[in-house]
Amino acid sequence: MRATVIEFLGSNCDHDMVYFIRDVFKIETEVVWFTERDLKNPDIVLLPGGFSYGDYLRPGAMASRTPAMESVREFAKRGGIVLGVCNGFQILCESGLLPGALLRNKTISFICDDVYLKAENRETPFTSMVDRILKIPIAHGDGNYFCDEKTLEVLEKEKRVAFRYVSPDGKIDDNWNFNGATNSIAGVLSENKRVLGMMPHPERACEKILGSEDGKLIIESVISFLEKTDG
Amino acid sequence: MAEIEVNLELARKHGINEEEWETIKKILRRIPTYEELGIFSAMWSEHCSYKSSRIHLKKLPAKAPWVIQGPGENAGIIDIGEGYAVAFKMESHNHPSFIEPYQGAATGVGGILRDVFTMGARPLANLNGLFFGSPDNPKTPYLIKGVVAGVGDYGNCVGVPTIGGQVTFHFCFNGNNLVNAFTLGLMKSDKIFRGKAEGAGNPVWYVGSKTGRDGIHGATMASAEFSEETEEKKPTVQVGDPFTEKLLLEACLEIMEKDVIVGIQDMGAAGLTSSSLEMAERSGSGIKIDLSKIPLREKHMTPYEILLSESQERMLFVAKRGREKEILEIFRKWNLDAAQIGEVTDTKRAEFYFEGKKVADIPIEGIGESSPLYNRPFEEPKRFKENQNFNAGAIEDVKSLKKVFLDFISSPNLCSRKWVYRQYDQSVRTNTVMTSGSDAGIIRIKGTKKGVAMSLDVNPRLCFLNPKEGTKCAIAESALNLAVCGAKPLAITDCLNFGNPEKKDVMWEFVESIEGMREACIKLETPVVSGNVSFYNETEGTGIYPTPSVVMVGVVEDVNNIVNPFFKEEGLEIVLIGKNDPVIEGSLYLSHFFNIDKGKFNFVDLDYHRRLIELLLSLSSQKLIESAHDISDGGLLPALAECFLKEGNNIGAELFLDENFERMDAFFFGETPSRVLVSIKKEKCNRLKSICQKFNIDYKIIGKTGRNILKVVFNNKEILNIPLSEIFEKWEKGFERIFKK
Amino acid sequence: MKGKIYVYLKKQVLDPQGKAIENALKSLGFEEVKSVRVGKFFEIETDSSFSGSAKERMKEYCKKLLVNGVIEDFEVEAVEE
Repeated sequence: MRATVIEFLGSNCDHDMVYFIRDVFKIETEVVWFTERDLKNPDIVLLPGGFSYGDYLRPGAMASRTPAMESVREFAKRGGIVLGVCNGFQILCESGLLPGALLRNKTISFICDDVYLKAENRETPFTSMVDRILKIPIAHGDGNYFCDEKTLEVLEKEKRVAFRYVSPDGKIDDNWNFNGATNSIAGVLSENKRVLGMMPHPERACEKILGSEDGKLIIESVISFLEKTDG
Repeated sequence: MAEIEVNLELARKHGINEEEWETIKKILRRIPTYEELGIFSAMWSEHCSYKSSRIHLKKLPAKAPWVIQGPGENAGIIDIGEGYAVAFKMESHNHPSFIEPYQGAATGVGGILRDVFTMGARPLANLNGLFFGSPDNPKTPYLIKGVVAGVGDYGNCVGVPTIGGQVTFHFCFNGNNLVNAFTLGLMKSDKIFRGKAEGAGNPVWYVGSKTGRDGIHGATMASAEFSEETEEKKPTVQVGDPFTEKLLLEACLEIMEKDVIVGIQDMGAAGLTSSSLEMAERSGSGIKIDLSKIPLREKHMTPYEILLSESQERMLFVAKRGREKEILEIFRKWNLDAAQIGEVTDTKRAEFYFEGKKVADIPIEGIGESSPLYNRPFEEPKRFKENQNFNAGAIEDVKSLKKVFLDFISSPNLCSRKWVYRQYDQSVRTNTVMTSGSDAGIIRIKGTKKGVAMSLDVNPRLCFLNPKEGTKCAIAESALNLAVCGAKPLAITDCLNFGNPEKKDVMWEFVESIEGMREACIKLETPVVSGNVSFYNETEGTGIYPTPSVVMVGVVEDVNNIVNPFFKEEGLEIVLIGKNDPVIEGSLYLSHFFNIDKGKFNFVDLDYHRRLIELLLSLSSQKLIESAHDISDGGLLPALAECFLKEGNNIGAELFLDENFERMDAFFFGETPSRVLVSIKKEKCNRLKSICQKFNIDYKIIGKTGRNILKVVFNNKEILNIPLSEIFEKWEKGFERIFKK
Repeated sequence: MKGKIYVYLKKQVLDPQGKAIENALKSLGFEEVKSVRVGKFFEIETDSSFSGSAKERMKEYCKKLLVNGVIEDFEVEAVEE
């Protein structure tokens, strides 16, 4: 398995993502600068979090219009697996690879906290191993997922809500939907379910010493999916 | 532009007195140019020259075998072993944060980040000391919201976690809130960069944001002389650009890998002037700069303005010759402006040119060596003895323990700070193993078992009552906060916030405080490796309480052995370790409920304290205890509550007390240094007792962890019984109430 | 050419900043305030090295970068010099 992490100007979770994939999972990992078009033949492309272009204009807006993202779009069109986390999710929405947009948190302020996630569809490349409620940190100012009603209907019908914010015991509860996301949506899938954008940071929940290693289940799911499709 | 006549009157408007004016003329052997006057005024300002404090700061210990870099550089550096070192420093941004809380706080964070990465360290953790006026003051909510958002947004965007700090409310900060920003960075101990300008002929480079008229000489420009200038020439609030800072950080660290940098320094206070002069001064060299080559953001800037601009996110560096191409390539990659603006010389002079004309030519030694040094007069104020003589005997003792406790735990200085730290990214960089809400912030060092711990502390009330002993307490508490987690305290950085040093009583506070710091740092073997002084924190003649913030930095040998404050299961023994002789004199209790900041508090016995620290380190390395928490502001009962006040926790405590205490208030809410609460499995108690005896530290079992209540039994009589949920609710909502008033 | 572009959240999109500002204004005694929407304003200067109408050109800026059609609407004012 080969992974590629795209770095944009101002990304600040790029090192964390590389550490997660390369050091925790020992997966061969390439780092591609946003001006490049060659993605280096990956099985999965990862878009890291963290204030590309300072979130100026709109979070993810400028990063989504870079050469590397053109290649990611083509990669996705060919059925490639793409995971965007936090700012990576925002970039995916801005680039049209995922529907909807991420608005300012309902609190208006930045929120850093642990959230609890429920995998709503276990039959995706990212969720097959997610057999429990995940505890994963969020850290964002614009994570309030929004889409129009028609799109929302389609997302729900096609089971494209990958994760929802829930209470620690797995119930949907506005008190645990800190940013105010529509239908408590924390992660959204593309039509072919191979592109996932999510606000919480699985790469920050990768070792016991950090308080949770639940984030690993998402990558373990991808590994298992790729093994099956290769075989 | 018409020539400006430079004379004593103009010098005075630049904050230069007659004596200093004469010295300038002697150094130059002529009347200074307008630009030179600006340079002297900046370099000899209190902020850059430390003219009132230098004579005293010299007394502080700065050496230890693990100190790689002491004061005098952009940041201090200590060795943490296994080939790694950490660079750290704290700096104030008080005045800007009062005028424009969001930008003032944000640019404070930006400045301290640059001080650290300038040395070649990657910033890995921030702390912040925030001091606000009374919650009832109408300006307080506005200031908190702005400052917290400013601190958060800047650090969050750059991607440095904020893992601790202090938020204190007191009416003494009504007219002057304080923002003390701390950054710690990690580097290889053999890859350190300093602010040097060596090697005549080496090019001097400018990189980062373009220069504008931001923050030019606030004091000067506000004077009548300049008030008729056009609106656009007035100094403006400095605006932070964390995105550019992030690019600058990555570009600098990348270029430092290349062996092209000779020396590098942030353009902070007094901008290009101080950075270029300081770099040349450290190396005993000269520097020649063409101001026409500085990238400008605004039109028609004068050489004076270019020299003194405090635009943010700019660096000055000296590179090896012939490496221009590599340098430009890296900065281009990071979308940054870089320009070669001059060169190092061997003339020992600072020469500045503008459009072909020399506008300033100053001997560098002159500006440093002859810089004013004041031994300002100081005198113990009358109030000192009066305050010490205060007798708390007349204060009515607690009637309802429950009511007082719940009021206290939800009060501004004790309630949960989650509203604040939830706005700070604490987990970016995936190193955070302990964060706000515990005794210290700790990051692990990837690739090793080690961790680096840090804690920001000061109790302004104690420093007001007794600056020397209060400062000792700040350092002692900071060291203890590390030790309870299992980290060995190694060194401190300080941020000395005081009032007007021209007042004898303020100067006395400062001198006493330094003496306390000196004694504590010597005894605890924690030298002062960097720091900053902020005087003139006064509004309309009223100064702040002396507030010498310190951050203690230490090392955890094995992050798997870290101890946190929280109770983990029922049935553990709760042990109070340390001298249990609390008093309400000078306590938060007295201040909060009675509005009295008076009395002689218990001084810290540094020998005892040092033994307590060693004891705690021994306990954590042996994995003997389940939790540990130091007892500080608020005394025993709030400290006990802090051991269970955590979301989702349902382990409470039952205290069984048999001692004779005269007063409930002193016993439950009184304060004294050197006390720690630990929880431990019953079968390990004897072992703990014998270790305490070995270190000659007091030991007493005071209760047990239990189900979800807090219960206190005194002589077999229940005097307190509250469900945890009720305490949690009060404590958690305390902060929001500040905004609802 | 000089252009002014106003970008604001679509009516159906919740604007928490606008809501907060509305409440703040009311609490300052401006009880007549019925609603506040927060938006962005761009002032753009260009040279004349493009063909077609300035207004159309500005609309392209919006569609390509300045506006996210999922959540935002915009208005363009172009002044040709």
